Amino acid sequence: MATHTEQLTSRPGLADPTAPAAQAAPAVRLRGLTRSFDGRTVLDDVDLDLPAGQLTALLGHSGSGKSTLLRAIAGLDHEVAGSGELSAPDRVSVVFQDSRLLPWRRVLDNVLLGTDGKKAAERGRAALAEVGLAGRERAWPNELSGGEAQRAALARSLVREPELLLADEPFGALDALTRIKMHGLLRELWERHRPSVLLVTHDVDEAIVLADRVLVLDQGRIGLDLTIDRAHPRSYRDPLLGEYRERLLAALGVKEDHAGRQNQENDQ
Amino acid sequence: MTTTTASTTGATTDATAPAGSAGGETAGTTGTTGTTKAAPPVRRIKRRRRGLSPGKRLPASRLIGPVLFFALWAAASAAGQLDTNAIPAPWTVLRTAGQLWSDGTLSTDILTSLQRAGTGFSLGLTAGVVLALTAGLSRVGEALIDGTVQLNRAIPTLGLIPLFILWLGIGETFKIAIIAIVVYIPIYLNLYSALSGIDHRFVELAEVQGLSRLRFIREIVIPGALPGFFVGLRLGVTGSWLGLVVLEQINATSGLGYMMFQAQNYGQTDVILVGLLIYGIFGLVSDSAVRLIERRVLSWRRTLNS
Repeated sequence: MATHTEQLTSRPGLADPTAPAAQAAPAVRLRGLTRSFDGRTVLDDVDLDLPAGQLTALLGHSGSGKSTLLRAIAGLDHEVAGSGELSAPDRVSVVFQDSRLLPWRRVLDNVLLGTDGKKAAERGRAALAEVGLAGRERAWPNELSGGEAQRAALARSLVREPELLLADEPFGALDALTRIKMHGLLRELWERHRPSVLLVTHDVDEAIVLADRVLVLDQGRIGLDLTIDRAHPRSYRDPLLGEYRERLLAALGVKEDHAGRQNQENDQ
Repeated sequence: MTTTTASTTGATTDATAPAGSAGGETAGTTGTTGTTKAAPPVRRIKRRRRGLSPGKRLPASRLIGPVLFFALWAAASAAGQLDTNAIPAPWTVLRTAGQLWSDGTLSTDILTSLQRAGTGFSLGLTAGVVLALTAGLSRVGEALIDGTVQLNRAIPTLGLIPLFILWLGIGETFKIAIIAIVVYIPIYLNLYSALSGIDHRFVELAEVQGLSRLRFIREIVIPGALPGFFVGLRLGVTGSWLGLVVLEQINATSGLGYMMFQAQNYGQTDVILVGLLIYGIFGLVSDSAVRLIERRVLSWRRTLNS
Protein backbone atom coordinates (compact mmCIF):
# COMPACT_ATOMS: atom_id res chain seq x y z
CA MET A 1 0.00 0.00 0.00
CA ALA A 2 2.82 2.36 0.89
CA THR A 3 4.53 1.94 -2.44
CA HIS A 4 1.20 2.35 -4.08
CA THR A 5 0.55 5.81 -2.66
CA GLU A 6 4.13 6.74 -3.37
CA GLN A 7 3.54 6.08 -7.02
CA LEU A 8 0.42 8.12 -6.96
CA THR A 9 2.15 11.14 -5.50
CA SER A 10 4.94 10.92 -8.02
CA ARG A 11 2.43 10.90 -10.87
CA PRO A 12 2.64 14.56 -11.98
CA GLY A 13 6.31 14.16 -12.78
CA LEU A 14 5.74 10.88 -14.58
CA ALA A 15 2.93 12.19 -16.72
CA ASP A 16 5.10 14.93 -18.16
CA PRO A 17 4.93 14.07 -21.90
CA THR A 18 1.32 15.12 -22.01
CA ALA A 19 1.90 17.95 -19.56
CA PRO A 20 -0.96 20.28 -20.53
CA ALA A 21 -3.47 17.47 -20.36
CA ALA A 22 -2.12 16.19 -17.07
CA GLN A 23 -2.76 19.48 -15.37
CA ALA A 24 -6.43 19.41 -16.32
CA ALA A 25 -8.92 17.27 -14.42
CA PRO A 26 -8.30 13.57 -15.05
CA ALA A 27 -10.56 11.87 -17.54
CA VAL A 28 -10.89 8.85 -15.32
CA ARG A 29 -10.57 8.89 -11.57
CA LEU A 30 -10.71 5.75 -9.43
CA ARG A 31 -10.52 5.72 -5.66
CA GLY A 32 -10.57 2.54 -3.65
CA LEU A 33 -12.09 0.54 -6.47
CA THR A 34 -12.75 -3.02 -5.38
CA ARG A 35 -14.38 -5.77 -7.40
CA SER A 36 -14.85 -9.39 -6.55
CA PHE A 37 -16.35 -12.47 -8.18
CA ASP A 38 -17.78 -15.14 -5.89
CA GLY A 39 -15.80 -13.81 -2.96
CA ARG A 40 -12.52 -13.75 -4.90
CA THR A 41 -11.12 -10.23 -4.94
CA VAL A 42 -10.12 -9.29 -8.48
CA LEU A 43 -9.54 -5.58 -8.00
CA ASP A 44 -8.23 -4.65 -4.59
CA ASP A 45 -8.61 -1.01 -3.57
CA VAL A 46 -7.30 0.49 -6.83
CA ASP A 47 -6.57 4.20 -6.99
CA LEU A 48 -5.89 5.51 -10.47
CA ASP A 49 -6.07 8.73 -12.45
CA LEU A 50 -6.00 8.74 -16.23
CA PRO A 51 -5.17 12.25 -17.45
CA ALA A 52 -7.27 13.49 -20.32
CA GLY A 53 -5.77 12.79 -23.71
CA GLN A 54 -3.20 10.25 -22.56
CA LEU A 55 -2.62 6.89 -24.19
CA THR A 56 -2.20 4.44 -21.35
CA ALA A 57 -1.58 0.74 -21.63
CA LEU A 58 -2.62 -1.69 -18.94
CA LEU A 59 -0.57 -4.88 -18.77
CA GLY A 60 -1.16 -7.95 -16.71
CA HIS A 61 -1.33 -11.71 -16.71
CA SER A 62 -4.57 -13.26 -17.70
CA GLY A 63 -6.74 -13.23 -14.63
CA SER A 64 -4.94 -10.24 -13.16
CA GLY A 65 -8.11 -8.18 -13.33
CA LYS A 66 -7.25 -5.94 -16.28
CA SER A 67 -10.44 -6.69 -18.16
CA THR A 68 -12.42 -6.28 -14.94
CA LEU A 69 -10.89 -2.84 -14.51
CA LEU A 70 -11.74 -1.87 -18.09
CA ARG A 71 -15.28 -3.16 -17.76
CA ALA A 72 -15.73 -1.27 -14.52
CA ILE A 73 -14.68 1.96 -16.20
CA ALA A 74 -16.94 1.16 -19.17
CA GLY A 75 -19.85 0.61 -16.78
CA LEU A 76 -20.33 -2.93 -18.02
CA ASP A 77 -20.14 -4.65 -14.66
CA HIS A 78 -23.63 -4.15 -13.19
CA GLU A 79 -23.75 -7.69 -11.91
CA VAL A 80 -20.39 -7.58 -10.14
CA ALA A 81 -20.01 -6.96 -6.43
CA GLY A 82 -17.73 -4.09 -5.53
CA SER A 83 -17.19 -0.72 -3.96
CA GLY A 84 -15.19 2.43 -4.53
CA GLU A 85 -15.42 5.72 -6.36
CA LEU A 86 -15.29 5.94 -10.10
CA SER A 87 -15.71 8.86 -12.43
CA ALA A 88 -15.45 8.60 -16.17
CA PRO A 89 -16.50 10.84 -19.09
CA ASP A 90 -19.94 10.57 -20.70
CA ARG A 91 -18.73 9.74 -24.16
CA VAL A 92 -16.96 6.42 -23.78
CA SER A 93 -16.28 4.00 -26.62
CA VAL A 94 -15.16 0.44 -26.25
CA VAL A 95 -13.27 -1.70 -28.73
CA PHE A 96 -13.42 -5.39 -27.92
CA GLN A 97 -11.07 -8.19 -28.83
CA ASP A 98 -13.61 -9.40 -31.39
CA SER A 99 -14.90 -6.79 -33.78
CA ARG A 100 -18.45 -7.47 -32.61
CA LEU A 101 -20.02 -6.29 -35.83
CA LEU A 102 -23.66 -7.23 -36.25
CA PRO A 103 -23.71 -9.68 -39.16
CA TRP A 104 -27.11 -8.46 -40.35
CA ARG A 105 -26.05 -4.84 -40.80
CA ARG A 106 -23.82 -3.54 -43.52
CA VAL A 107 -20.49 -2.07 -42.46
CA LEU A 108 -21.67 1.54 -42.51
CA ASP A 109 -24.81 0.69 -40.53
CA ASN A 110 -22.64 -1.12 -38.02
CA VAL A 111 -20.46 1.94 -37.63
CA LEU A 112 -23.58 4.03 -37.06
CA LEU A 113 -25.06 1.73 -34.41
CA GLY A 114 -26.45 4.01 -31.73
CA THR A 115 -25.44 7.17 -33.59
CA ASP A 116 -28.21 9.52 -34.62
CA GLY A 117 -28.74 12.90 -36.06
CA LYS A 118 -28.14 14.69 -39.29
CA LYS A 119 -24.95 13.95 -41.08
CA ALA A 120 -24.54 10.74 -39.08
CA ALA A 121 -24.02 8.83 -42.32
CA GLU A 122 -21.51 11.39 -43.45
CA ARG A 123 -19.58 11.04 -40.22
CA GLY A 124 -19.72 7.30 -40.54
CA ARG A 125 -18.26 7.45 -44.02
CA ALA A 126 -15.54 9.77 -42.82
CA ALA A 127 -14.69 7.42 -39.96
CA LEU A 128 -14.53 4.48 -42.34
CA ALA A 129 -12.28 6.44 -44.67
CA GLU A 130 -10.05 7.26 -41.74
CA VAL A 131 -9.50 3.62 -40.90
CA GLY A 132 -8.89 2.79 -44.56
CA LEU A 133 -12.24 1.22 -45.33
CA ALA A 134 -13.55 3.79 -47.79
CA GLY A 135 -15.63 2.00 -50.40
CA ARG A 136 -16.55 -0.89 -48.11
CA GLU A 137 -19.59 0.86 -46.62
CA ARG A 138 -22.06 -1.52 -48.27
CA ALA A 139 -20.12 -4.71 -47.48
CA TRP A 140 -21.47 -7.28 -45.05
CA PRO A 141 -19.31 -8.00 -42.00
CA ASN A 142 -18.93 -11.60 -43.20
CA GLU A 143 -17.08 -10.31 -46.21
CA LEU A 144 -14.38 -8.55 -44.19
CA SER A 145 -11.07 -10.00 -43.11
CA GLY A 146 -10.20 -10.03 -39.42
CA GLY A 147 -8.13 -6.87 -39.73
CA GLU A 148 -10.80 -5.07 -41.75
CA ALA A 149 -13.47 -6.03 -39.22
CA GLN A 150 -11.36 -4.62 -36.42
CA ARG A 151 -10.86 -1.44 -38.43
CA ALA A 152 -14.61 -1.14 -38.79
CA ALA A 153 -14.92 -1.60 -35.02
CA LEU A 154 -12.42 1.23 -34.56
CA ALA A 155 -14.47 3.40 -36.91
CA ARG A 156 -17.60 2.59 -34.88
CA SER A 157 -15.87 3.73 -31.72
CA LEU A 158 -14.49 6.87 -33.38
CA VAL A 159 -17.73 8.08 -34.92
CA ARG A 160 -19.02 8.82 -31.43
CA GLU A 161 -16.12 11.20 -30.85
CA PRO A 162 -15.26 9.61 -27.52
CA GLU A 163 -13.52 11.42 -24.71
CA LEU A 164 -12.36 8.04 -23.50
CA LEU A 165 -11.55 5.04 -25.65
CA LEU A 166 -11.34 1.72 -23.86
CA ALA A 167 -9.73 -1.06 -25.83
CA ASP A 168 -9.79 -4.61 -24.46
CA GLU A 169 -6.98 -6.49 -26.21
CA PRO A 170 -8.21 -5.07 -29.52
CA PHE A 171 -5.45 -6.68 -31.56
CA GLY A 172 -5.26 -9.94 -29.66
CA ALA A 173 -7.02 -11.97 -32.33
CA LEU A 174 -5.10 -10.57 -35.29
CA ASP A 175 -2.07 -12.01 -37.04
CA ALA A 176 1.30 -10.42 -36.35
CA LEU A 177 1.52 -8.42 -39.58
CA THR A 178 -1.98 -7.02 -39.28
CA ARG A 179 -1.28 -6.22 -35.66
CA ILE A 180 1.70 -4.04 -36.55
CA LYS A 181 -0.40 -2.13 -39.09
CA MET A 182 -3.15 -1.67 -36.54
CA HIS A 183 -0.67 -0.31 -34.00
CA GLY A 184 0.25 2.41 -36.47
CA LEU A 185 -3.39 3.14 -37.17
CA LEU A 186 -4.36 3.37 -33.50
CA ARG A 187 -1.51 5.73 -32.73
CA GLU A 188 -2.38 7.86 -35.76
CA LEU A 189 -6.04 8.06 -34.81
CA TRP A 190 -5.11 8.92 -31.25
CA GLU A 191 -2.83 11.73 -32.40
CA ARG A 192 -5.58 13.17 -34.56
CA HIS A 193 -8.47 12.95 -32.09
CA ARG A 194 -6.66 12.89 -28.75
CA PRO A 195 -9.12 10.90 -26.69
CA SER A 196 -7.93 9.39 -23.44
CA VAL A 197 -7.10 5.79 -24.25
CA LEU A 198 -6.86 2.82 -21.96
CA LEU A 199 -5.42 -0.07 -23.91
CA VAL A 200 -5.65 -3.40 -22.13
CA THR A 201 -3.11 -5.85 -23.49
CA HIS A 202 -0.92 -8.77 -22.54
CA ASP A 203 1.63 -7.88 -25.19
CA VAL A 204 4.53 -6.03 -23.60
CA ASP A 205 5.92 -4.82 -26.92
CA GLU A 206 2.56 -3.50 -28.00
CA ALA A 207 2.34 -1.52 -24.78
CA ILE A 208 5.83 -0.09 -25.13
CA VAL A 209 5.48 0.88 -28.77
CA LEU A 210 2.08 2.52 -28.40
CA ALA A 211 1.63 3.95 -24.94
CA ASP A 212 2.97 6.97 -23.14
CA ARG A 213 2.35 5.29 -19.86
CA VAL A 214 2.21 1.61 -18.99
CA LEU A 215 0.52 0.23 -15.91
CA VAL A 216 1.06 -3.28 -14.67
CA LEU A 217 -1.81 -4.82 -12.81
CA ASP A 218 -0.71 -7.47 -10.38
CA GLN A 219 -2.98 -9.29 -7.95
CA GLY A 220 -5.66 -6.70 -8.19
CA ARG A 221 -3.40 -3.70 -7.73
CA ILE A 222 -1.35 -1.39 -9.88
CA GLY A 223 2.07 -2.91 -9.35
CA LEU A 224 4.05 -0.64 -11.67
CA ASP A 225 3.33 2.72 -13.24
CA LEU A 226 5.86 3.48 -15.93
CA THR A 227 6.08 6.47 -18.21
CA ILE A 228 7.59 5.70 -21.61
CA ASP A 229 9.45 8.81 -22.52
CA ARG A 230 10.34 8.16 -26.15
CA ALA A 231 9.33 10.00 -29.29
CA HIS A 232 6.87 8.48 -31.75
CA PRO A 233 6.81 6.65 -34.07
CA ARG A 234 8.73 4.07 -32.11
CA SER A 235 10.48 1.15 -33.64
CA TYR A 236 9.90 -2.32 -32.29
CA ARG A 237 13.69 -2.75 -32.33
CA ASP A 238 14.64 0.45 -30.58
CA PRO A 239 17.28 -0.76 -28.09
CA LEU A 240 16.33 2.01 -25.68
CA LEU A 241 12.92 0.44 -25.36
CA GLY A 242 14.60 -2.75 -24.16
CA GLU A 243 15.13 -1.19 -20.78
CA TYR A 244 11.41 -0.58 -20.41
CA ARG A 245 10.69 -4.09 -21.57
CA GLU A 246 12.97 -5.50 -18.90
CA ARG A 247 11.32 -3.51 -16.17
CA LEU A 248 7.85 -4.45 -17.34
CA LEU A 249 8.71 -8.11 -17.67
CA ALA A 250 10.25 -8.06 -14.22
CA ALA A 251 7.07 -6.52 -12.85
CA LEU A 252 5.12 -9.26 -14.60
CA GLY A 253 7.40 -11.84 -13.03
CA VAL A 254 8.90 -13.07 -16.30
CA LYS A 255 12.58 -14.05 -16.18
CA GLU A 256 15.28 -12.35 -18.23
CA ASP A 257 16.29 -15.30 -20.41
CA HIS A 258 12.67 -15.69 -21.27
CA ALA A 259 12.63 -12.07 -22.26
CA GLY A 260 15.61 -12.57 -24.55
CA ARG A 261 13.96 -15.43 -26.34
CA GLN A 262 10.75 -13.51 -26.73
CA ASN A 263 12.78 -10.68 -28.17
CA GLN A 264 14.29 -12.92 -30.82
CA GLU A 265 10.93 -14.29 -31.75
CA ASN A 266 9.61 -10.83 -32.29
CA ASP A 267 12.54 -9.84 -34.46
CA GLN A 268 12.02 -12.69 -36.85
CA MET B 1 -32.00 -34.05 -67.90
CA THR B 2 -30.08 -37.19 -68.83
CA THR B 3 -26.96 -35.17 -69.56
CA THR B 4 -26.97 -33.66 -66.09
CA THR B 5 -27.30 -37.03 -64.40
CA ALA B 6 -24.51 -38.37 -66.57
CA SER B 7 -22.19 -35.57 -65.54
CA THR B 8 -23.09 -36.16 -61.90
CA THR B 9 -22.02 -39.75 -61.96
CA GLY B 10 -18.87 -38.65 -63.73
CA ALA B 11 -18.17 -36.15 -60.99
CA THR B 12 -18.73 -38.65 -58.20
CA THR B 13 -16.37 -41.20 -59.64
CA ASP B 14 -13.81 -38.42 -60.00
CA ALA B 15 -14.12 -37.63 -56.34
CA THR B 16 -13.88 -41.21 -55.10
CA ALA B 17 -11.18 -42.58 -57.38
CA PRO B 18 -7.82 -40.87 -56.97
CA ALA B 19 -7.54 -40.94 -60.77
CA GLY B 20 -9.27 -37.54 -60.53
CA SER B 21 -9.26 -34.42 -62.69
CA ALA B 22 -10.71 -36.33 -65.63
CA GLY B 23 -10.55 -33.71 -68.39
CA GLY B 24 -7.00 -32.55 -67.79
CA GLU B 25 -5.70 -36.05 -67.37
CA THR B 26 -7.09 -37.50 -70.59
CA ALA B 27 -5.52 -34.61 -72.43
CA GLY B 28 -2.23 -35.36 -70.68
CA THR B 29 -2.25 -39.10 -71.40
CA THR B 30 -3.14 -38.74 -75.06
CA GLY B 31 -0.21 -36.33 -75.43
CA THR B 32 2.30 -38.47 -73.52
CA THR B 33 1.32 -42.01 -74.45
CA GLY B 34 4.94 -42.99 -75.15
CA THR B 35 6.60 -41.17 -72.27
CA THR B 36 4.92 -42.75 -69.28
CA LYS B 37 7.99 -41.89 -67.19
CA ALA B 38 6.99 -38.26 -67.20
CA ALA B 39 4.07 -39.33 -65.02
CA PRO B 40 5.37 -38.68 -61.46
CA PRO B 41 5.14 -34.86 -61.52
CA VAL B 42 1.71 -35.14 -63.12
CA ARG B 43 0.65 -37.54 -60.42
CA ARG B 44 1.67 -35.05 -57.81
CA ILE B 45 -0.74 -32.54 -59.30
CA LYS B 46 -3.42 -35.21 -59.44
CA ARG B 47 -3.08 -35.87 -55.73
CA ARG B 48 -5.31 -33.03 -54.93
CA ARG B 49 -7.06 -33.38 -51.60
CA ARG B 50 -10.54 -34.74 -51.94
CA GLY B 51 -13.08 -31.96 -51.56
CA LEU B 52 -15.51 -32.52 -48.73
CA SER B 53 -18.04 -29.90 -49.75
CA PRO B 54 -20.91 -31.35 -51.79
CA GLY B 55 -19.84 -29.18 -54.71
CA LYS B 56 -21.87 -27.05 -57.03
CA ARG B 57 -25.65 -27.28 -57.07
CA LEU B 58 -27.07 -29.00 -60.10
CA PRO B 59 -29.43 -26.87 -62.16
CA ALA B 60 -33.07 -27.30 -61.04
CA SER B 61 -31.78 -29.92 -58.61
CA ARG B 62 -34.93 -29.90 -56.53
CA LEU B 63 -37.02 -31.03 -59.50
CA ILE B 64 -34.85 -33.96 -60.54
CA GLY B 65 -36.18 -36.34 -57.89
CA PRO B 66 -39.90 -35.67 -58.43
CA VAL B 67 -39.54 -35.77 -62.23
CA LEU B 68 -37.74 -39.10 -62.03
CA PHE B 69 -40.44 -40.43 -59.74
CA PHE B 70 -43.22 -39.46 -62.15
CA ALA B 71 -41.30 -40.87 -65.08
CA LEU B 72 -41.02 -44.22 -63.30
CA TRP B 73 -44.69 -44.16 -62.39
CA ALA B 74 -45.69 -43.39 -65.98
CA ALA B 75 -43.36 -46.04 -67.37
CA ALA B 76 -44.66 -48.71 -64.99
CA SER B 77 -48.27 -47.80 -65.83
CA ALA B 78 -47.64 -47.83 -69.56
CA ALA B 79 -45.98 -51.23 -69.27
CA GLY B 80 -49.06 -52.51 -67.43
CA GLN B 81 -47.01 -53.38 -64.35
CA LEU B 82 -49.35 -51.56 -61.94
CA ASP B 83 -52.79 -52.63 -60.79
CA THR B 84 -54.91 -49.76 -62.10
CA ASN B 85 -57.36 -50.17 -59.21
CA ALA B 86 -54.62 -49.65 -56.67
CA ILE B 87 -52.45 -47.15 -58.51
CA PRO B 88 -54.02 -45.58 -61.59
CA ALA B 89 -51.80 -44.20 -64.32
CA PRO B 90 -50.67 -40.58 -64.08
CA TRP B 91 -52.77 -39.62 -67.09
CA THR B 92 -55.85 -41.17 -65.49
CA VAL B 93 -55.23 -39.05 -62.42
CA LEU B 94 -54.81 -35.95 -64.56
CA ARG B 95 -57.98 -36.73 -66.54
CA THR B 96 -59.92 -37.21 -63.29
CA ALA B 97 -58.54 -33.91 -62.01
CA GLY B 98 -59.73 -32.23 -65.21
CA GLN B 99 -63.20 -33.75 -64.85
CA LEU B 100 -63.50 -32.75 -61.20
CA TRP B 101 -62.36 -29.27 -62.12
CA SER B 102 -64.93 -28.86 -64.89
CA ASP B 103 -67.63 -30.19 -62.51
CA GLY B 104 -66.73 -27.33 -60.24
CA THR B 105 -66.36 -29.63 -57.23
CA LEU B 106 -62.58 -29.58 -57.22
CA SER B 107 -62.30 -25.81 -57.16
CA THR B 108 -64.78 -25.61 -54.27
CA ASP B 109 -62.87 -28.23 -52.33
CA ILE B 110 -59.55 -26.52 -52.99
CA LEU B 111 -60.91 -23.15 -51.91
CA THR B 112 -62.36 -24.57 -48.71
CA SER B 113 -59.09 -26.28 -47.86
CA LEU B 114 -57.04 -23.19 -48.65
CA GLN B 115 -59.31 -21.09 -46.51
CA ARG B 116 -59.02 -23.47 -43.56
CA ALA B 117 -55.28 -23.77 -43.84
CA GLY B 118 -54.85 -20.03 -44.41
CA THR B 119 -57.03 -18.96 -41.49
CA GLY B 120 -55.54 -21.49 -39.12
CA PHE B 121 -52.03 -20.61 -40.23
CA SER B 122 -52.57 -16.86 -39.81
CA LEU B 123 -53.97 -17.33 -36.33
CA GLY B 124 -51.19 -19.71 -35.36
CA LEU B 125 -48.55 -17.40 -36.78
CA THR B 126 -49.91 -14.40 -34.90
CA ALA B 127 -50.26 -16.32 -31.65
CA GLY B 128 -46.80 -17.86 -31.97
CA VAL B 129 -45.12 -14.53 -32.67
CA VAL B 130 -46.97 -12.59 -29.96
CA LEU B 131 -46.37 -15.25 -27.32
CA ALA B 132 -42.71 -15.68 -28.28
CA LEU B 133 -42.09 -11.93 -28.20
CA THR B 134 -43.78 -11.62 -24.81
CA ALA B 135 -41.90 -14.58 -23.35
CA GLY B 136 -38.61 -13.73 -25.04
CA LEU B 137 -38.51 -10.06 -24.13
CA SER B 138 -39.87 -9.95 -20.60
CA ARG B 139 -39.16 -12.07 -17.56
CA VAL B 140 -42.78 -11.91 -16.41
CA GLY B 141 -43.94 -13.05 -19.83
CA GLU B 142 -41.41 -15.84 -19.76
CA ALA B 143 -42.63 -17.02 -16.37
CA LEU B 144 -46.25 -17.00 -17.47
CA ILE B 145 -45.96 -18.31 -21.00
CA ASP B 146 -42.96 -20.54 -21.55
CA GLY B 147 -43.86 -23.31 -19.13
CA THR B 148 -47.44 -23.36 -20.38
CA VAL B 149 -46.42 -23.68 -24.02
CA GLN B 150 -43.92 -26.39 -23.18
CA LEU B 151 -46.77 -28.26 -21.52
CA ASN B 152 -48.99 -27.73 -24.55
CA ARG B 153 -46.22 -29.00 -26.77
CA ALA B 154 -46.02 -32.25 -24.83
CA ILE B 155 -49.64 -33.04 -25.69
CA PRO B 156 -50.08 -34.35 -29.25
CA THR B 157 -52.26 -31.69 -30.84
CA LEU B 158 -54.32 -34.16 -32.84
CA GLY B 159 -55.19 -35.80 -29.54
CA LEU B 160 -57.09 -32.63 -28.69
CA ILE B 161 -59.56 -33.20 -31.53
CA PRO B 162 -62.28 -34.98 -29.50
CA LEU B 163 -62.16 -32.33 -26.80
CA PHE B 164 -62.24 -29.50 -29.33
CA ILE B 165 -65.25 -31.01 -31.09
CA LEU B 166 -67.10 -31.04 -27.80
CA TRP B 167 -66.05 -27.48 -27.01
CA LEU B 168 -66.37 -25.81 -30.38
CA GLY B 169 -68.83 -28.00 -32.26
CA ILE B 170 -68.18 -29.99 -35.36
CA GLY B 171 -68.05 -26.99 -37.74
CA GLU B 172 -65.16 -24.96 -39.06
CA THR B 173 -64.06 -23.42 -35.76
CA PHE B 174 -62.52 -26.50 -34.26
CA LYS B 175 -60.62 -27.33 -37.45
CA ILE B 176 -59.15 -23.86 -37.60
CA ALA B 177 -58.32 -23.98 -33.90
CA ILE B 178 -56.46 -27.26 -34.28
CA ILE B 179 -54.51 -26.00 -37.29
CA ALA B 180 -53.64 -22.83 -35.36
CA ILE B 181 -52.25 -24.91 -32.51
CA VAL B 182 -50.25 -27.12 -34.87
CA VAL B 183 -48.78 -23.97 -36.42
CA TYR B 184 -48.11 -21.84 -33.36
CA ILE B 185 -46.02 -24.39 -31.47
CA PRO B 186 -43.02 -24.64 -33.79
CA ILE B 187 -43.13 -20.90 -34.47
CA TYR B 188 -43.21 -20.11 -30.77
CA LEU B 189 -40.47 -22.58 -29.85
CA ASN B 190 -38.02 -21.46 -32.49
CA LEU B 191 -38.63 -17.74 -32.16
CA TYR B 192 -38.53 -17.87 -28.37
CA SER B 193 -35.27 -19.77 -28.28
CA ALA B 194 -33.78 -17.40 -30.85
CA LEU B 195 -34.88 -14.36 -28.85
CA SER B 196 -33.64 -15.64 -25.53
CA GLY B 197 -30.45 -17.03 -27.01
CA ILE B 198 -29.24 -13.64 -28.20
CA ASP B 199 -25.44 -13.43 -28.04
CA HIS B 200 -24.41 -11.82 -24.78
CA ARG B 201 -21.61 -9.98 -26.57
CA PHE B 202 -24.20 -8.09 -28.59
CA VAL B 203 -26.03 -7.11 -25.40
CA GLU B 204 -22.77 -5.63 -24.14
CA LEU B 205 -22.23 -3.86 -27.43
CA ALA B 206 -25.68 -2.30 -27.24
CA GLU B 207 -24.91 -1.04 -23.74
CA VAL B 208 -21.62 0.44 -24.87
CA GLN B 209 -23.24 2.11 -27.87
CA GLY B 210 -25.90 3.56 -25.60
CA LEU B 211 -28.91 2.00 -27.32
CA SER B 212 -32.28 2.43 -25.69
CA ARG B 213 -34.18 -0.74 -24.82
CA LEU B 214 -36.51 -0.24 -27.75
CA ARG B 215 -33.68 0.25 -30.21
CA PHE B 216 -31.82 -2.69 -28.72
CA ILE B 217 -34.83 -4.90 -29.39
CA ARG B 218 -35.45 -3.48 -32.84
CA GLU B 219 -31.89 -3.36 -34.09
CA ILE B 220 -30.27 -6.32 -32.38
CA VAL B 221 -32.69 -8.77 -30.78
CA ILE B 222 -35.26 -9.03 -33.59
CA PRO B 223 -32.87 -9.20 -36.55
CA GLY B 224 -30.74 -11.65 -34.61
CA ALA B 225 -33.77 -13.86 -34.00
CA LEU B 226 -35.01 -13.87 -37.60
CA PRO B 227 -33.11 -16.98 -38.71
CA GLY B 228 -34.73 -18.94 -35.87
CA PHE B 229 -38.12 -17.48 -36.74
CA PHE B 230 -37.87 -18.74 -40.31
CA VAL B 231 -37.06 -22.25 -39.14
CA GLY B 232 -40.27 -22.16 -37.10
CA LEU B 233 -42.21 -20.62 -39.95
CA ARG B 234 -41.31 -23.39 -42.35
CA LEU B 235 -42.26 -26.03 -39.81
CA GLY B 236 -45.52 -24.16 -39.22
CA VAL B 237 -46.40 -24.04 -42.91
CA THR B 238 -45.81 -27.75 -43.29
CA GLY B 239 -47.75 -28.34 -40.07
CA SER B 240 -50.81 -26.51 -41.36
CA TRP B 241 -51.08 -28.89 -44.33
CA LEU B 242 -50.48 -31.92 -42.13
CA GLY B 243 -53.25 -30.88 -39.78
CA LEU B 244 -55.56 -30.24 -42.70
CA VAL B 245 -55.17 -33.73 -44.14
CA VAL B 246 -56.19 -35.30 -40.85
CA LEU B 247 -58.96 -32.85 -39.98
CA GLU B 248 -60.70 -32.94 -43.33
CA GLN B 249 -60.97 -36.68 -43.19
CA ILE B 250 -62.72 -36.62 -39.84
CA ASN B 251 -65.57 -34.15 -39.90
CA ALA B 252 -66.07 -32.27 -43.12
CA THR B 253 -68.61 -31.71 -45.85
CA SER B 254 -66.19 -30.17 -48.28
CA GLY B 255 -62.48 -29.78 -48.78
CA LEU B 256 -59.78 -31.91 -50.29
CA GLY B 257 -59.74 -34.31 -47.36
CA TYR B 258 -63.47 -34.77 -47.62
CA MET B 259 -63.15 -35.41 -51.33
CA MET B 260 -60.56 -38.11 -50.66
CA PHE B 261 -62.63 -39.63 -47.87
CA GLN B 262 -65.63 -39.90 -50.16
CA ALA B 263 -63.48 -41.41 -52.88
CA GLN B 264 -62.33 -44.07 -50.45
CA ASN B 265 -65.95 -45.14 -49.95
CA TYR B 266 -66.43 -45.55 -53.69
CA GLY B 267 -63.02 -47.07 -54.31
CA GLN B 268 -61.90 -44.17 -56.54
CA THR B 269 -58.14 -44.35 -56.12
CA ASP B 270 -57.66 -41.80 -58.91
CA VAL B 271 -59.58 -39.17 -56.93
CA ILE B 272 -57.54 -39.93 -53.83
CA LEU B 273 -54.37 -39.44 -55.87
CA VAL B 274 -55.71 -36.12 -57.20
CA GLY B 275 -56.15 -34.99 -53.60
CA LEU B 276 -52.67 -36.13 -52.60
CA LEU B 277 -51.19 -34.46 -55.65
CA ILE B 278 -52.82 -31.14 -54.78
CA TYR B 279 -51.77 -31.38 -51.13
CA GLY B 280 -48.24 -32.05 -52.32
CA ILE B 281 -48.24 -29.11 -54.71
CA PHE B 282 -49.58 -26.76 -52.05
CA GLY B 283 -47.02 -27.93 -49.54
CA LEU B 284 -44.20 -27.52 -52.02
CA VAL B 285 -45.35 -24.09 -53.20
CA SER B 286 -45.87 -22.69 -49.71
CA ASP B 287 -42.52 -24.00 -48.53
CA SER B 288 -40.80 -22.48 -51.55
CA ALA B 289 -42.53 -19.18 -50.87
CA VAL B 290 -41.22 -19.13 -47.32
CA ARG B 291 -37.75 -20.04 -48.56
CA LEU B 292 -37.88 -17.20 -51.03
CA ILE B 293 -38.91 -14.68 -48.38
CA GLU B 294 -36.22 -16.05 -46.09
CA ARG B 295 -33.58 -15.59 -48.77
CA ARG B 296 -34.66 -12.00 -49.31
CA VAL B 297 -34.87 -11.08 -45.65
CA LEU B 298 -31.70 -12.86 -44.60
CA SER B 299 -29.66 -11.77 -47.58
CA TRP B 300 -26.70 -11.09 -45.28
CA ARG B 301 -26.37 -14.82 -44.75
CA ARG B 302 -25.94 -15.61 -48.40
CA THR B 303 -22.32 -14.55 -48.19
CA LEU B 304 -21.71 -17.63 -46.05
CA ASN B 305 -23.48 -20.15 -48.25
CA SER B 306 -22.55 -19.08 -51.73
